Amino acid sequence: MLFSLIESSRSALASIIAHGLRSFLTTLGIVIGVASVIAVISVTQGMSSFIGDTFASLGSNSLTIQSYTPFEDQMKGIRARLTPEDMELIEKRAEGIASITPVLFANRASQIKFGSQTAFSRIMGTTYAFQDVSQSYMSLGRFIAQSDNLTRRRIVVIGDKVRENLNMPDNPINEYVDIGGEWFKVVGLMEAKGEIMGQSQDDIVLMPYNTMRSLQGNQARTDIQIQLSLSESAVVEDVTQQLTTLLRNAHDLDSYEDDDFQIQTAEQLMETFDTVINMVTIVIGGIVSISLLVGGIGIMNIMLVSVTERTREIGICKAIGAKRHHILMQFLIEALLLSLLGGLIGLAIGYGLGTLISSSIPSFPAASIPLWSVALALGFSGFVGVLFGILPAAKAANLDPIDALRYE
Amino acid sequence: MALIELNGVTKYYEMGDQVVKALDGIDIDVEKNDYLAFIGSSGSGKSTMLNILGCLDKPTSGQYHLNGKNVESLDPNELSEIRNLEIGFIFQSFNLLPRATALGNVMQPLVYRSIGYRKRKEMAMESLERVGLGDRVDHLPNQLSGGQRQRVAIARALVTHPSILLADEPTGNLDSQTTIEIMQLFDELHAEGHTLIVVTHEDEIAQHCHRVVEMKDGKVFNDSTTNSAAVTS
Ligand SMILES: Nc1ncnc2c1ncn2[C@@H]1O[C@H](COP(=O)(O)OP(=O)(O)O)[C@@H](O)[C@H]1O
Ligand SMILES: [Mg+2]
Repeated sequence: MLFSLIESSRSALASIIAHGLRSFLTTLGIVIGVASVIAVISVTQGMSSFIGDTFASLGSNSLTIQSYTPFEDQMKGIRARLTPEDMELIEKRAEGIASITPVLFANRASQIKFGSQTAFSRIMGTTYAFQDVSQSYMSLGRFIAQSDNLTRRRIVVIGDKVRENLNMPDNPINEYVDIGGEWFKVVGLMEAKGEIMGQSQDDIVLMPYNTMRSLQGNQARTDIQIQLSLSESAVVEDVTQQLTTLLRNAHDLDSYEDDDFQIQTAEQLMETFDTVINMVTIVIGGIVSISLLVGGIGIMNIMLVSVTERTREIGICKAIGAKRHHILMQFLIEALLLSLLGGLIGLAIGYGLGTLISSSIPSFPAASIPLWSVALALGFSGFVGVLFGILPAAKAANLDPIDALRYE
Repeated sequence: MALIELNGVTKYYEMGDQVVKALDGIDIDVEKNDYLAFIGSSGSGKSTMLNILGCLDKPTSGQYHLNGKNVESLDPNELSEIRNLEIGFIFQSFNLLPRATALGNVMQPLVYRSIGYRKRKEMAMESLERVGLGDRVDHLPNQLSGGQRQRVAIARALVTHPSILLADEPTGNLDSQTTIEIMQLFDELHAEGHTLIVVTHEDEIAQHCHRVVEMKDGKVFNDSTTNSAAVTS
């Protein structure tokens, strides 16, 4: 068995090389199919491993709670809210929390000006605890202090991207910026964190929570986000459970009603991204596998032609003692090698393409090919080769020696 | 027991509503180390005869015993095995594999015997040297002359050490000088103990053989073993 496998491979390889150009054209369908699979996978996988790294650096022991309004309710004009009272409740009653801070986003256009320069940024009000929860470090100056919050001081801490966008000096401390017509003094510059999914983590302006509240007129409609980090010993699931119970009670939800808030962990966020990326991979992979099938049909077509062309040769081989399985193996292995060859070429092209794509889009993570996708691509192209090689190979093997020898 | 025994062998081809009797009741025995020529006009059934002897084709009716084994009952794979082990075929049109070298062609039958590459090469080289082609082993068939190609084919037939060598008009495509050389080779092979059956329509070739069977319309018309008048010496 192994012997005839080796011998068949030997003669199949000889035949593939003898028809070099034709072999290549035959396998082109497979090349294109595999190349596109690999390109797609390498780009998305590069993205997802990058996202994984980024979230891991965010720390997996932090939680974000935000209000959640189902779409039907939104249509009815109902809006779920998370209030400062909710936060106080959590602060007082929940266990296993290391730090907790409210985050209040600016509800009007988030414009910030410095001199003649204007930029848009994510402006939010929060407390000193944000630094701990978000694992932010200061590059210059200081973070928001408790006293800033109590006295509603007009100060901001900015991310490096904001400084850059506003053309501020390298040291922006003690400069003044204009937000919504009010002057704010810059007291701190945060260390750069980089990007997640092409979105800068450093395009962020923080001011004291109470300052933000006083800037926003309608206190009744305040909807905050709560960010918290867990103490070392706390278990994420337990704390989530506790918070859910607390908030459901506070919001007077009946047992049949859904939560009107969402508790997200960094891990969950990452899983969501992963799910999206996997979906994209699967969908595109599905589309691409159709092209592999088409490639397989191409191989079958050429193999059938090749069997007809080589009818006399097959007759000769049978005349000198080839059995059915010898001929069958030879053609089957030729089809298999053809499509594996296509798979390999496709793999190389696909990787090149993936690298090209990810390097031509700025700030896009580097392409990476997981081993399973190599196995998948080669396995699938091998499968296609065998599947579509069977018919021509069987046709060759079943030829009658005398008829084959007479074939002109 | 004779090496080959044919009893009432027929081969009919149906062409529309007409039946062509390519072989029409053949009874013949061939002994070991015989040197036999089938002669006869074109269409008399010589090739059909040889194809059946070579287990490439099956008779419509009648019995064929090769080495005492009834060939009729064998399936295609078993026939392949017989062709590989017992028979060396030499064709008028050489029938070499066009993309394999002389060496590759001669090695090919041994592949079907599961003989390893090194041993195969050794045996093939020996066989090629036997036919005087030891210096042309790496040539492709289209780089060889007709006579050289036929020598390759003979080497391929010999390499398996078969019981019988069958040749269907082996010199039909060759010039007269080459024909003489090939026939000398056949004479030597016979002297070495091989059994040779040659189909030809040339008298000079038949004269080399020790037994001449003339065919006509699918029947044995004249057999020199039973009719000493046809014997030439
Ligand atoms: N495959 C075939 N189909 C139909 N008729 C055939 C076939 N092979 C041979 N014949 C017929 O059988 C007869 C004998 O042919 P063949 O054995 O080739 O003769 P020879 O070799 O003596 O010239 C011829 O009449 C030929 O036409
Ligand atoms: Mg003939």
